[in-house]
Amino acid sequence: MSEAEAYSYDAEMRKANRAKAVAGRSVIFKIKRCDGPGKPARWESFKVPIEEGANVISSLNWIAANPVTIEGKKTTPVVWESNCLEEVCGACTMVINGRVRQSCSCLINEYAPCEGDVMTLEPMSKFPVIRDLWVDRARLFNNLTRVKAWVPIDGTYNMGPGPKESHDHQQMRYALSECMSCGCCLDACPQFIKEEDESKWDSSFIGAHAISQARYFNEHETGKQLKADRMDALSGAGGINDCGNAQNCVKVCPKGIPLTESIGAIGRSATIHAIKQFFQGKK
Amino acid sequence: MADEKRVIVVGGGLAGLAATIRIAEAGMPVDLFSMVPVKRSHSVCAQGGINACNDVARQQGYSEYQHFDETLIGGDFLNDQHPVLEMTNWAPKIIDLLDRMGVPFNRSNEGFRDLRLFGGSLFKRTHFSGATTGQQLLYALDEQTRRFAAEGKVNKKEFWEFLWPIVEGEGENARCVGIVAQDMRTMQIQSFRADAVVMATGGCGLVFGKSTNSIICTGGAASRCYQAGAWYGNAEMIQVHPTAIPGADKCRLMSESARGEGGRVWVPAKKGDTRKPKDIPENERYYILEERYPKYGNLVPRDIATREIFDVCVNEGMGINGSNQVYLDLTHMDPDYLTEKLGGILDIYEKFVGDDPRFTPMRIFPAVHYSMGGLWTTYTPGNYQPESPVSSFKPGDPIPIGNEPGHGLDIGAHNNAMTNITGLYAFGEVNFAYHGATRLGANALLSCIFDGVCNGISVVNFVREGDQQPVSELDQALFDAATKQEQDKHDKLLDSTSTGTGDQQLNPYQIAFELGEEMNAASTVVKTGAGLEKCLIKLEELKERYAKVELGDGAMWTNQSLSFTRAVGDMIIIGEAIAKAGLLREESRGSHYRTDFPERDDDRFWKTSVAKFNKETGKSDIEFVDVKAGLVKLRPRDYGKTESNASSASKEPIGAS
Ligand SMILES: Cc1cc2nc3c(=O)[nH]c(=O)nc-3n(C[C@H](O)[C@H](O)[C@H](O)COP(=O)(O)OP(=O)(O)OC[C@H]3O[C@@H](n4cnc5c(N)ncnc54)[C@H](O)[C@@H]3O)c2cc1C
Ligand code: SF4
Ligand code: SF4
Ligand code: FES
Repeated sequence: MSEAEAYSYDAEMRKANRAKAVAGRSVIFKIKRCDGPGKPARWESFKVPIEEGANVISSLNWIAANPVTIEGKKTTPVVWESNCLEEVCGACTMVINGRVRQSCSCLINEYAPCEGDVMTLEPMSKFPVIRDLWVDRARLFNNLTRVKAWVPIDGTYNMGPGPKESHDHQQMRYALSECMSCGCCLDACPQFIKEEDESKWDSSFIGAHAISQARYFNEHETGKQLKADRMDALSGAGGINDCGNAQNCVKVCPKGIPLTESIGAIGRSATIHAIKQFFQGKK
Repeated sequence: MADEKRVIVVGGGLAGLAATIRIAEAGMPVDLFSMVPVKRSHSVCAQGGINACNDVARQQGYSEYQHFDETLIGGDFLNDQHPVLEMTNWAPKIIDLLDRMGVPFNRSNEGFRDLRLFGGSLFKRTHFSGATTGQQLLYALDEQTRRFAAEGKVNKKEFWEFLWPIVEGEGENARCVGIVAQDMRTMQIQSFRADAVVMATGGCGLVFGKSTNSIICTGGAASRCYQAGAWYGNAEMIQVHPTAIPGADKCRLMSESARGEGGRVWVPAKKGDTRKPKDIPENERYYILEERYPKYGNLVPRDIATREIFDVCVNEGMGINGSNQVYLDLTHMDPDYLTEKLGGILDIYEKFVGDDPRFTPMRIFPAVHYSMGGLWTTYTPGNYQPESPVSSFKPGDPIPIGNEPGHGLDIGAHNNAMTNITGLYAFGEVNFAYHGATRLGANALLSCIFDGVCNGISVVNFVREGDQQPVSELDQALFDAATKQEQDKHDKLLDSTSTGTGDQQLNPYQIAFELGEEMNAASTVVKTGAGLEKCLIKLEELKERYAKVELGDGAMWTNQSLSFTRAVGDMIIIGEAIAKAGLLREESRGSHYRTDFPERDDDRFWKTSVAKFNKETGKSDIEFVDVKAGLVKLRPRDYGKTESNASSASKEPIGAS
């Protein structure tokens, strides 16, 4: 399976799996574990009885309460990050059967319908592992600061309503606003390389997530005021020019954020920004 | 600068972030602690919207005052009245502020903010951003916080767990001067000084096992403050939502609008009928609400729906296949119509359950949703004086209040939203003051942000103007002792890994599971004296087992089991306060329904329950104190019994919660 095919992992197949899911079965969870930074990775397998409606998180909970491997060896509960359990906080992202996605919305019936089927869980590949399936995504949030992803309001005093906005423009912004900073788009991006050295973050490829957020704020009447700063950041090292247009990002985004559109829009803004800079004698 | 005054905010949901922004803006440095990156806090789950009076509703006769009044009726008059008055008064300004921050509120054709109807009101007063309002509000505040962090005014400490408030002095003189916290990755335990501490740690749904809450909503942080001497108000007031999707890991909310659009609630008429729902003919189905309430049918108010579904499953054992589930059936309707009206919530169901509700009946059950109770807080009333009892105020009358005629709170008074411990504040869901015995939909987000932006001023004033000694001058020994206390507790838990017997009875997950089962059965929808007494005995047993709990992971690095196990002990203690206050409140009011005392009893119980942790017995002492009322007169709560209210509930839109 090519990378692109793997990413468009198919809805039809999941539906078919659901239909043939066997009640009362057990599924093997093969989990890539690591005790901490600098420690070697190892694989452990667990045999987990599947309750009705089980997903990856409920299975990990079961393992936490019964931490014994398939060989009968007692081990520690697996460590992972999660919170909302309804695919809206972005915390529980991991690589499941080779594809990056949220684990809370990953139904076992859709991936492992038969007795003895295997589910493979690995940490995200582009961020340093903290322990087991928990990775450090500080860089992702740092990238939001890089593009000044906020509206520069004067302050919290009462100064009346914000700018008026048309229905259609709101709909366009809303589509961008649902991004939950999960990082799937970064994990799948061939240009986004793992970087543990914090001092290099600001010059490494920023990724589709922050590019799209920059567009979100550029589209707000007040947010616009920082557009030049954002475009400076996105025109420099690790900015929009590093994007190779592979479009893996948009295929894995769980929230359907129009990333290709955002990359296109920011690309056009960058061109205009460069011309302006040129005429102002800044570059 | 080491001797600069600082504030600690614990929690980065809506309440914590609003507080952080307000305090940082006033020039006071803030250390912001959160167990998760603040952008992933539980507030992100809220769907339906946020209430505020607005220009359109105002011209139709609505007012801030009526919003205030509705909130009190909703809360069955158990709310503290002055803060609610101030909150509803601020609501429109809070919406404006969020609007300026860039929240993509839905827009009308002309470009104004759109509004939707919500339960408890006949006026459109709910502002929303698609079906993800909480997410959009949280992000807007997260962005402003990021801005302050980039400017060096806020120091974010994410993946840090609050362990204990550092309190000097006893009783009336108790004062909070900092916190002990633990880095969840390195497991390092450390004390932090602060001239004031704001708790904004959210609700405690996990005490009930599976709820609609996020998995860190254990109430652990509130419980720790409680054990350190902070009082806990109206613990027994827990809201249960009638329609949630039971899941293997949590219960996800299913909006009331599914019933509004024609959804029918039923179970097989024959107990133990294992046929697929489609194979059960019409005349062999028991349409619970339609048969029990022929007039309103599936559109009875929420609390009734919750109680009846519960009754059929728990008392009569008629749930689907003997489980605690009933069908919510939309399959008799046109699939295209359903997609148009309910698409968003039907997709959630399909994503998590795997069945398409257009063709297979949904399986739902009530689930714990929100805690009205929380840390007890006080305030200084403002200058608003009702000249005459204003409960006769009618829509369309001139607005009796506003900034000019008077304030509910003395804004900026040092003690607003302060607990009984000086310098320790409680904001958001963890503050008990606003919602009384039931919270109205879309009022929680408002109370969170109001606490932050209004009562944040009180925090700043207290630190700047108060005559207390600056915390930087206090003796280090106090802080070292606090660190040591927590380190010892931590080490004891860690030791249990190696000394363990392997007894399943001492497994923390097992203890938490039994706690949830017991609390759910005894202390949610339908309570009885006998049931609560039994529950308290069970909690005693769990407490004894917990004292010998055995940890499954001895790692000194990123030990999540340890964090969870520690919270389990705190959950049992909060559970006990909830059950005991429920036992002593011998009446029915709002969400608190006692079959042995089915009526509201104002003479004995128009009172706030205040739980105080008794360090000798390790249990709660409960007192009932007068509700801080005085603005609106008590009256019966006949909510839901009139045509108009029922029809407004039925129109509740998609994503309502
Ligand atoms: C599914 C759902 C839908 C809802 N929909 C609506 C709605 O439409 N309208 C409405 O008004 N209300 C709604 N509510 C209620 C509302 O969402 C919550 O009451 C509100 O978000 C609580 O916000 P908060 O800031 O008090 O706490 P939270 O958002 O819960 O944040 C708590 C914070 O405290 C931190 N924390 C907790 N413990 C510790 C600790 N020990 N150490 C350090 N940090 C800690 C967490 O990391 C987090 O940052 C809904 C609730 C649910 C469950
Ligand atoms: S389009 Fe750009 S951002 Fe998206 S995956 Fe390709 S290189 Fe990465
Ligand atoms: S754009 Fe999509 S994939 Fe990327 S962080 Fe946002 S929600 Fe996740
Ligand atoms: S836990 Fe929040 S997205 Fe999965």
